[in-house]
Amino acid sequence: MTALPEETTKALGLVIDLDTCVGCHACAVNCKEWNTGGHSAPLTDEDPYGGDTVGVWFNRIHAFEVGEGDMGRTVHFPRSCLHCETPACVTVCPTGASYKREADGIVLVDEDLCIGCKLCSWACPYGAREYDHDAGVMKKCTLCIDRIYNENLPEAERVPACVSTCPAGARHFGDLSDPASAVSELVAARGGFDLMPELGMKPTNKYLPPRPRTNTRKEADSAGPMEQAGGFLGLLDRVFSR
Amino acid sequence: MHPAYSVIFFTVSSGIGFGMLMIAGGLAAIGRMPIDGVFGFVVMAAALATAAAGLLSSTLHLGHPERAWRALSQWRTSWLSREGIAAIATFPTALLFGWGWVIAGSLAFPYACAGGIAALLALATVYSTGKIYQSLVTIRAWHDSLVTPVYVALALASGALWLAVIARALNYADPAMTHLPIGLLVLGWLMKWRYWVRRDTDTGGPTVGTATGLGRDGTPVRLLESPHTQENFVMREMGYRIARKHAVKLRRVAQVLAFALPIVLTGLAMLPAMAGWPALAFSLLAAALGTIGIATERWLFFAEARHAVTLYYGAERA
Repeated sequence: MTALPEETTKALGLVIDLDTCVGCHACAVNCKEWNTGGHSAPLTDEDPYGGDTVGVWFNRIHAFEVGEGDMGRTVHFPRSCLHCETPACVTVCPTGASYKREADGIVLVDEDLCIGCKLCSWACPYGAREYDHDAGVMKKCTLCIDRIYNENLPEAERVPACVSTCPAGARHFGDLSDPASAVSELVAARGGFDLMPELGMKPTNKYLPPRPRTNTRKEADSAGPMEQAGGFLGLLDRVFSR
Repeated sequence: MHPAYSVIFFTVSSGIGFGMLMIAGGLAAIGRMPIDGVFGFVVMAAALATAAAGLLSSTLHLGHPERAWRALSQWRTSWLSREGIAAIATFPTALLFGWGWVIAGSLAFPYACAGGIAALLALATVYSTGKIYQSLVTIRAWHDSLVTPVYVALALASGALWLAVIARALNYADPAMTHLPIGLLVLGWLMKWRYWVRRDTDTGGPTVGTATGLGRDGTPVRLLESPHTQENFVMREMGYRIARKHAVKLRRVAQVLAFALPIVLTGLAMLPAMAGWPALAFSLLAAALGTIGIATERWLFFAEARHAVTLYYGAERA
């Protein structure tokens, strides 16, 4: 049913730390690997070995240049479904294939109901939905529902594939509706923010801003030229300086 | 936004059909339609065939056309669902109206009433079509209060143009049918003009700064590296861009073909000296050019619209 739940018991989601993300794409690769055999399997690739490859991915890693001159920095930016509180992708769906779960707030697609009209992809500002031309249905991040509730996995591994694989510890998973949860505390401590809040989707996932820079070039320059060494070291310096 | 031909054909063709039904049903409801089986048959056949052709083409771009019936279930939240229901409800009502007009030879109580209801349902269908686009906050050019009125006005104008052709061909020179296109075209032109002026002066909308949250304090943000070397579905569907100079040229083409020429040609057809074949020829040319012009306008409606997701792929404002 495309009517949204009044409220969800939990609001499971991700917190992505833009300060520590190194842009290695491991989360995207592990996401693809897990999900091509998971709930929405397969994540079809068309012409996979040709020159015009198109494939379904739930996670895409962009890189942005932020600031200018000495203050400029590169910020790696993972982008996936934000499991919004008021997702327009769900309400525009004409068939009821898109839905938001009352229990945990996860936004899913029932592939048996989807007619492949693609309107949900138009309604999502975050590009979270990718159409599978082969299956004729829309696919999207499931927050790894087949991992997080999977009792066959050791408890420590019951997190989304992207979170389990991140070598930098830049991705965190938890209940964002619980102010006492680790993720909520992280958001509060680091000033986590929403993407495009002006569009009113109320994303569940939060992003943590890069920490302010401390090692600016000005400080590095203030070290000045090294003093001329004397004695044996001075001799070596003169020999190697030729 | 990618201008898909199936969607352009659907909105233009069903616009003509539902527009003609709005006018024919409306005129029948107020007793301004001639009770003539041949005229009634041609009007109803043209209206229902173009409306149905458009609807069928809209199912062609679906991944699973055989499941299209499921799209009627979510009318509580989805304008696409409402559009489907209104479109399907229009047909039996229109058929009852057509039955009275063509076979029973009567536009009295039940049939005139059915005509009026069919007109309202056709209006509801086109209104829902407009709302599908207007309700999307992700596409600023579509989230504009003039989008739905323009859809309705252009459906009425294109339906009126073709109704005038049929009226002239079968020698019904009722000004309600032959003069109507001019008023509707002027109305549509004014609204579309106002819409374009509003779009061109709009400076709001999300930016790459708010899309990434990294420029919320005004810090400049630029895309450094795209996540993938090939285009993905999101870029193909939502990333279509048209050069500004082409857009300006096509807007002129759309205005000349959709509005200026059909207004002049319809006016020429109204001159007493042009009665008979010349009037029919002018009317036909007006309808044909008007249809091409509205298709151009519809193509631009997609091509000029920028989606918020493009902010993640290099756009600065959407």
